[in-house]
Amino acid sequence: MQLVLERRAERSTKIAILSPLIAIVLTLVTMAILFAILGKNPIAALNVYFVEPLTDSYSLMEIAVKATPLVMIAIGLSFCYLANVWNIGAEGQFIMGAVCGSWLAVVTNGTGAGPWVLPAMLVMGALGGALWAMIPALCKVKFGANEILTSLMLVYVADLIMDYLVRGPWRDPKGMNFPTTATFDPVANVPVLIEGSRLHAGAIVALIVVMLATVMLGRTIKGFEIRVVGAAPKAARFAGFSSDRLVLFTFAVSGALAGLAGIIEVAGPVGVLQPGISPGYGFTAIIVAFLGRLNPVGILIAGLFLALTFIGGEGAQISMKIPLDLTKVFQGILLFYVLACDSLILYRIRLISPFRKAADGTA
Amino acid sequence: MRKIMMTAAVAALAIAATSYSASAAEKLKVGFIYLGPVGDLGWTYRHEVGRQEMVKELGDKVETTFLENVSEGPDSERSIEQLARSGHTLIFTTSFGYMDPTLKVAKKYPKIQFEHATGFKSAPNMGTYSGKFYEGRYIQGVIAGKMSKKGVLGYIASFPIPEVISGINATILGAQTVNPDIKVKVIWVNTWFDPGKEADAAKALADQGADVIMQHTDSPAPMQVAAQRGILAFGQDSDMIKFGPKTQLTSIIDNWGPYYTRQAKAALAGTWKAEDTWDGLKEKMVVMAPYTNMPDDVKALAAKTEAAIIAGTLHPFKCPVIGQDGKPVECKGANLEPGQILGMNFYVKGVDDKIPGK
Amino acid sequence: MGLLEAIFLSVIAASTPLLLAAAGELVAERSGVLNLGVEGMMIMGAACGFAGAYLTGSTLIGALFGIAAGAALSLVFAALTLGMAVNQVAAGLALTILGVGLSGLIGAGFVGEKIVPAPALYIPFLTGIPIVGRILFGQDGFVYFSVALVAGIWWFLYRTRAGLILRAVGDSHTSAHALGYPVLKIRLFAVLFGGGCAGLGGAFLPLAYTPFFIPGMTAGRGWIALALVVFSSWRPLRLVGGAYLFGAVTILQLHAQAFGLGIPSQLMSAMPYLATVIVLVLISRARGTAGSAAPASLGMVFVPDR
Repeated sequence: MQLVLERRAERSTKIAILSPLIAIVLTLVTMAILFAILGKNPIAALNVYFVEPLTDSYSLMEIAVKATPLVMIAIGLSFCYLANVWNIGAEGQFIMGAVCGSWLAVVTNGTGAGPWVLPAMLVMGALGGALWAMIPALCKVKFGANEILTSLMLVYVADLIMDYLVRGPWRDPKGMNFPTTATFDPVANVPVLIEGSRLHAGAIVALIVVMLATVMLGRTIKGFEIRVVGAAPKAARFAGFSSDRLVLFTFAVSGALAGLAGIIEVAGPVGVLQPGISPGYGFTAIIVAFLGRLNPVGILIAGLFLALTFIGGEGAQISMKIPLDLTKVFQGILLFYVLACDSLILYRIRLISPFRKAADGTA
Repeated sequence: MRKIMMTAAVAALAIAATSYSASAAEKLKVGFIYLGPVGDLGWTYRHEVGRQEMVKELGDKVETTFLENVSEGPDSERSIEQLARSGHTLIFTTSFGYMDPTLKVAKKYPKIQFEHATGFKSAPNMGTYSGKFYEGRYIQGVIAGKMSKKGVLGYIASFPIPEVISGINATILGAQTVNPDIKVKVIWVNTWFDPGKEADAAKALADQGADVIMQHTDSPAPMQVAAQRGILAFGQDSDMIKFGPKTQLTSIIDNWGPYYTRQAKAALAGTWKAEDTWDGLKEKMVVMAPYTNMPDDVKALAAKTEAAIIAGTLHPFKCPVIGQDGKPVECKGANLEPGQILGMNFYVKGVDDKIPGK
Repeated sequence: MGLLEAIFLSVIAASTPLLLAAAGELVAERSGVLNLGVEGMMIMGAACGFAGAYLTGSTLIGALFGIAAGAALSLVFAALTLGMAVNQVAAGLALTILGVGLSGLIGAGFVGEKIVPAPALYIPFLTGIPIVGRILFGQDGFVYFSVALVAGIWWFLYRTRAGLILRAVGDSHTSAHALGYPVLKIRLFAVLFGGGCAGLGGAFLPLAYTPFFIPGMTAGRGWIALALVVFSSWRPLRLVGGAYLFGAVTILQLHAQAFGLGIPSQLMSAMPYLATVIVLVLISRARGTAGSAAPASLGMVFVPDR
């Protein structure tokens, strides 16, 4: 007897709806077992993890805040991955976007500059991210250097550039020589949507990005080109699509979106440029991109879902004293279940007896 | 059938939720935000030990929560606010980068008491606290000056923040009192925590002739390298004698327990006030590990230096302090002002290095 | 011991964990599976390797624990990506999250403990050769093993039939399947091998390099190992060059700082990354843009038709 995977004739809509539920039920069972071992109440844990954050307006807004950069970066990455371009360095592009946008905030600080500062910062941020992404793109197009390595290595370089700037030239003169720029002026801040919360206009930008990406991928020649080059490079060449140009294009888009996410994060929730502005957004966004099946709306859902696991995990640490490592284990297991159940939309599992298999072989 | 099961599950959740919030008793809930994992053996570990000491001291009068591995970026404000929202009325945020987020949350929750470590911004409900670690560094400098046969010290530095720079300066000032020609080689590793890289830096320093290794990074890796090379070293944050029984001269121990206990007691009594606390050897926020692996005369000298600092008769940054360029640093009193030490961004004469980013 | 000799010794030690982990990943990728969970498998190897050595007092048993832990984690990955046809990139990243969490739980009880590090194994006569003797023959067992491992992988991939089949599976799983080769089974072995090597590379850290365990002590080395596989163009011998290049620049920048050259430390710390990028560009440029060296089926899902 053997379990094998088999491609379905067409994707199963029923499973598409059921798969998240199955994943959650499986996680619940796993949690129950683990919690029983640890002597804690699994239902309470599930409540803290998935129910409390969704029933409280503060947590809902925090989920949106956390998901905003993840969704924006992941949308950009999905362009790359659809075209089979392996940009692993969104983290670096995020940081360089934050750096370039912050430059304007630093030089205009305290000069009473007008409301043009924030829009200009956003443009600079997107440009900074795109330019940083051009390095691996050009290295690939001009020299054939593999982008996985170059984009990843440039993450560390970007981090060190930021470190140098905030400890040196851009350091807050009144900051007791600590590594941080001066707190941005109000004109350099992304406006908050609801007074007293951290929900900022960046969330709306993320939604606009989702909509634009949906239109672009589904309705435009460029979107078609990306899909064709990714799925069938040879056919694309016959169709006259240049894969080099597409490498540059997808890197530019994902770099710009990561950079925009970076400057929004710095000008929004953080308010200064300082080391540690990204808790690994650029890497987490890779999971978001694939969890969302490289589809803009899917990415939006995946981003919110992942943000939920972070907020819920934090709640579990606070109210159930569950160690962070355990919440990470849950997060990993949950992702596995979601990914595996997702797979059932395209495939089914069949039980095959060795006898039948032998018969198949001779047929 | 499925529908019934779902309803049952939802009901069970509701029950669990209510019974849960009802269990909160009338205790002082104290929250901590940590930068690293509690087991980092360094900075965060010492704060965790401080928390545990407080719990031991105050027993069931307090209930504590900590969030570990909280990055200093956008997540920290949420983490702090989550603690504030879940009934914690005394919250310690234990890294410099939490300063602005702590301030923001403090303004939003004026009834909750906040304490931020190693920063300089405060509010009516937000105090600051830090240790005068440079006092311990000065003693280490005196010991190193005596113990180094080659007159070359190796210093593994993390990031160029004032605390690290004042540590390097205090070390060389201490060492110069016993050996005016002492040299210090500095390597900046740009990380608080990467045992492999810390070990590499220790090896590089030893290979270039340093025979006493000092570190301002978190792990015991440099101590172990020194032990393998048969040279001497100082521990960091906690007593690392276990990792170098024949190597460790002493170690600066961050001793947060008494402070956390004191502040929690004040909060319980309703006498808590936002203060700027900057304690050192005298108040035992900074404690020296036993002086080991040195002759008795050096031991005596170290103990004498420690006693003089505690008595206030000796200040590591006693004026005049000569800068790297040979000119005396501006002095208003007998010693450098606290602000000059807390924001230190210059080297004193004798340091053969350039501050990165300056 | 001269300065140069000392530098070489440090370089080899710094490169070894990268080489071990990257060698395993190279085999997995050659079979067509991209496992981005190297960091997670390494840190699990570190935690379990330390636990094994601490409990038994034997470095060898510790190393075996590390291998087993890495392989066990990679089995989870294989079950998902090979068994369930899950996207490899997403599963690999999730594996890292899981590995970091699990290693923290397992290692929590061992923080603050220490062990006797793996001893340097001197080889009679050879170690006594001036200068190169200590560098080449004064290392611990992990170092010898890492070199033997890469040599073995080279021999396997290019000189054995099984290696040829493995490469064929990575280059075109549909053709290999049509020829009757068990694609998924071969990939399973390659992934397990990769996991075992990553576990061993992780175990090297607490067993030989810095003999204690701290959560997160791999500090991103798994990512560097992944990059080095790409650097090598999936060729084992060039992998050695890449790992030692990275290790050498890492160590040299520390020495340059200790010499007091006055260059910003951030630039110095960025050197290993910049050097790897620049050398890769130069190599790629010399090779010309004649197609990618990556296995053609790398990262693609394979579900056999029946």
